[in-house]
Amino acid sequence: MDDLLSEFLTETSESISVLDVALVNLEQNPNDREILQNIFRLVHTIKGTCGFLGLPRLEAVAHSAENVLGKFRDGELEVGPQAVTLILTSIDRIKLILSHLEQHEAEPEGNDQDLIVQLNAMAEGKPPPAPGEAATAIKEVTVDELQAIFDAAPGPKSDPEPAAAAPAPAPQAAASEPLVQPSHPTHQSEPHVEKTGLPATSGEAKAPVAMADAKESAVAAQTIRVNVELLENLMTLVSELVLTRNQLLQMVRGRDDSEFSAPLQRLSHITTDLQEGVMKTRMQPIGNAWAKLPRIVRDLSVETGKKIDLQMLGAETELDRQVLELIKDPLTHMVRNSADHGLEGPEDRRKIGKPEIGKIVLNAYHEGGHIIIEINDDGRGLNMGRIRKKIVQNGLASEGELDGMSDQQIQQYIFKAGFSTAEKVTSVSGRGVGMDVVRTNIEKIGGTIELKSVEGKGTNFTIKIPLTLAIVSALIVECGGERFAIPQISVLELVRTTGTSEHSIEMINNAPVLRLRDRLLPLVSLKTLLKLGSDEGSLQETFIVVAQVGTYTFGIIVDRVFDTEEIVVKPVAPILRNISMFSGNTILGDGSVIMILDPNGIAAATGAMAGSSQAGEQMHLKDMHGEDKTSLLVFRAGGEDLKAVPLALVARLEEIEVTAVEQSHGKPVVQYRGHLMPLIMVNDRYAMKTDGRQPVLVFSDHERSMGLVVDEIVDIVEDVLKVEITVAQPGLIGTAVIAGKATDVIDAGFYLTQAFGDWFGVAKETDAFGEEKGGKRVLLVDDSLFFRNLLTPLLSVSGFEVTAVEAVDKALQLREQGYVFDAIISDIEMPGLNGFQFAEAVRGDARWMTTPMIALSSHATEKDFERGRKVGFNDYIAKFDRDALLETLTQIVTHGGAS
Amino acid sequence: MNQLVPAGKRSLAEVTAETQDYVTMFIDNQMFGIPVLTVQDVLGPQKVTRIPLAPREVAGSLNLRGRIVTAIDVRRRLGLKDREGDNKPGMSVVVDMNGELYSLLIDSVGEVLSLRSAAFERNPPTLDPLWREFSAGIYRLDGKLLVVLDVQRLLDLGRAES
Repeated sequence: MDDLLSEFLTETSESISVLDVALVNLEQNPNDREILQNIFRLVHTIKGTCGFLGLPRLEAVAHSAENVLGKFRDGELEVGPQAVTLILTSIDRIKLILSHLEQHEAEPEGNDQDLIVQLNAMAEGKPPPAPGEAATAIKEVTVDELQAIFDAAPGPKSDPEPAAAAPAPAPQAAASEPLVQPSHPTHQSEPHVEKTGLPATSGEAKAPVAMADAKESAVAAQTIRVNVELLENLMTLVSELVLTRNQLLQMVRGRDDSEFSAPLQRLSHITTDLQEGVMKTRMQPIGNAWAKLPRIVRDLSVETGKKIDLQMLGAETELDRQVLELIKDPLTHMVRNSADHGLEGPEDRRKIGKPEIGKIVLNAYHEGGHIIIEINDDGRGLNMGRIRKKIVQNGLASEGELDGMSDQQIQQYIFKAGFSTAEKVTSVSGRGVGMDVVRTNIEKIGGTIELKSVEGKGTNFTIKIPLTLAIVSALIVECGGERFAIPQISVLELVRTTGTSEHSIEMINNAPVLRLRDRLLPLVSLKTLLKLGSDEGSLQETFIVVAQVGTYTFGIIVDRVFDTEEIVVKPVAPILRNISMFSGNTILGDGSVIMILDPNGIAAATGAMAGSSQAGEQMHLKDMHGEDKTSLLVFRAGGEDLKAVPLALVARLEEIEVTAVEQSHGKPVVQYRGHLMPLIMVNDRYAMKTDGRQPVLVFSDHERSMGLVVDEIVDIVEDVLKVEITVAQPGLIGTAVIAGKATDVIDAGFYLTQAFGDWFGVAKETDAFGEEKGGKRVLLVDDSLFFRNLLTPLLSVSGFEVTAVEAVDKALQLREQGYVFDAIISDIEMPGLNGFQFAEAVRGDARWMTTPMIALSSHATEKDFERGRKVGFNDYIAKFDRDALLETLTQIVTHGGAS
Repeated sequence: MNQLVPAGKRSLAEVTAETQDYVTMFIDNQMFGIPVLTVQDVLGPQKVTRIPLAPREVAGSLNLRGRIVTAIDVRRRLGLKDREGDNKPGMSVVVDMNGELYSLLIDSVGEVLSLRSAAFERNPPTLDPLWREFSAGIYRLDGKLLVVLDVQRLLDLGRAES
């Protein structure tokens, strides 16, 4: 039976039994408004639901009865025995129709005009029909009803339609199907045959009245309503029972002849059955989550003029109601997306040779303890060009980075926050708040989502979610003497490596990797990650758990692997919640507590989460607060010690012929790309080679270039630039630990001013601002990449945490995301909104209203100062006056510059 | 030790409203006390699972009849050195904080004492600032001083860090 219908029957049967009692009460206390109110509400509900389900007969009766009750309630009619009888008659009629509904899933033939006329007459206050009349009416009605039931019941020769279906042999029924295809009842004729099989044999023998009575609330009696909380508690208890069972099993496992074996075996079976039973009580068909979809798709197809065929397969696949609730919205959203963005209009489809009607197919099925839900459409697929454009536009990745990615990787960006490629925002989608939320919701319940899309062919989403959240299967591993659980859902495979086997761990500059089937798998050492000791000497025989988070696959190096266990996830204590590596803890079969690793957290910690929204977002936040990794060029010049400079500052690496070096004003220059490029030594004591080729780091900004002469380029590393020791020596920012070695970080600005005294307007020496500013956060807004790259290290070395963005709207986005800064430095001339407009925007909103702002501009006239102050800048500094900037910034920030 | 009469053995007259019962415990012969009603359990040596990346003061977690309890190393919390030799396993006292159980690892647990409020004094200003943070006051006992631990502050690891 249709779930909706059976639910309605259950609910209505309950209401009606309440109604019976209430009506009798009402008759005795005609003036009790509360009872009346209650009756009215119940009848009203029945009426409303009928209308919704398309049951016109029921609705008509309920409606008329409601009218009369409405008059009672408003005091226009007096509650008398006659009226109550009439209402009760209506209730009886409703019961009859219901019982027929229960058997045949359709309303009986006939109408209730007689009853409705009486009810309406009563409602209009006309003289009530004589009692006798009413009685006969009732009698008539009953007979009429019984006839209807009888007609509808499968009999040899009454109503032609069901009769054809019921007793006829199957082939005939099948043959009759095409004839009546479009009509509604055939739809139900298939279950009909089975369901009515029993009454067909026994029903006719009995009096129809008895039959109707007996069947009155068969459905109602079969289901009871139970508080969800009760089921949840039951589930928790069963989970604990399962764990205790596991503990016992483990204790007995070692002994073959234990007297406990047999009873334990039985206990184990019962526990398993009980667990399954309780799980089943919480199970609901996924179709419940889909119920709204046909309507949504229909509305959309009307709105957009598209022809859409929504197919839903496997709607009966059951899953935990908690999980169901959580995936309902993501699913709706995705189907909406497919219909709105994915499918083309009929015109477009015809042009490219597709059938006019676009198809969206939902498919759900079980697979190894998980539910797989697929959403396919045969629309236009993801537009790679648009996605790439959007990625670059939103600054999520650069063109160069994108070139190195596969289409699949690029497609993952649609899961990023604030990403939508829809050109126009429609009422249904295109606001870019969708896919990231979808992914977050699915990952929240331990699920994964995959995306495959072929441009022009369509898009396929595959969601994999666990059956239930209460018990998860986990792989137990050991590392550094401690055991940990890794949720099975993220584990792809296990690889054993030894020094001699075909799989062995290789190192790229201390980063372990593994060759696995023609791919290089990045590895994470759990021991290092959890600070459980060093990896020295442990590379003999280890295991690698290949885990997948989103589309990012990586290996976790562990010492040993045990078996998998069913565990009940318990949240960790509040004081440990900030450790992102753990998603919870649990008690194992042997009674010991172990931590459950969170693959998302581990992946985030390794910093390789391109394309994953949730963890990516966290990383993003982290980046904003000083943990930013910078690409650094490590080189040697004038000595053996390592030096480094942010790679972003270096325009090119060149080797020049020493013979091509010329002299200008006693300083070496070289002709480079049609300009003279001065060559600068790291220090005075250092001399160039006398022959051969000389490596040079080229710095350039617009027209000007400068070459820094170096001995040797060592490496390019990505590391957190954290200057440990600052020095007062010109040309050096300080010393930092880069890739595990002490490295001098050079101050490119110093050399630039050496080459061109006016590179920054005013030649200045570097001032080492060594004093601690306590990690004050500074927002830098400047459209020039060069200056962002120059100022960021300069400010960080002075103790500020710098967040640099290239445009005003980016900065305002940060405000929307809730970032708070201690000061804002902004350029004035910028494409889009300029600095003055930015200041106005900042001052016009409460969030950043008091944050001090410093304007930075090459135009430093009195008029500009004036205008700057007017719009809300606290200070105005000439762009290249770095010392003034640092001084002002320090002052503003330390003196709580909120002016 | 005359004054350290176990609560149960005192005559009714002596137990007035002005006394409070404390569970006493020892670290390095220093006596500490926490109100008896906050204590859920007293445990002997337990198998504690280390929690990597957790604050130093968190010794790990343990299983108390199916509930996961976070163990706090009171020594470390109070800035004391780890026990040398470690031949004698310590004991722990389990307390409830907002529905979460925590076990306080200490050297040993003493008896329950009823202490008169007359013997109570505030923290002397010379007390180590760290101890002053966790001590709710001092009881003068015969030959000994009892430091009353403020359990709430002791467990507020997040606040102490910031």
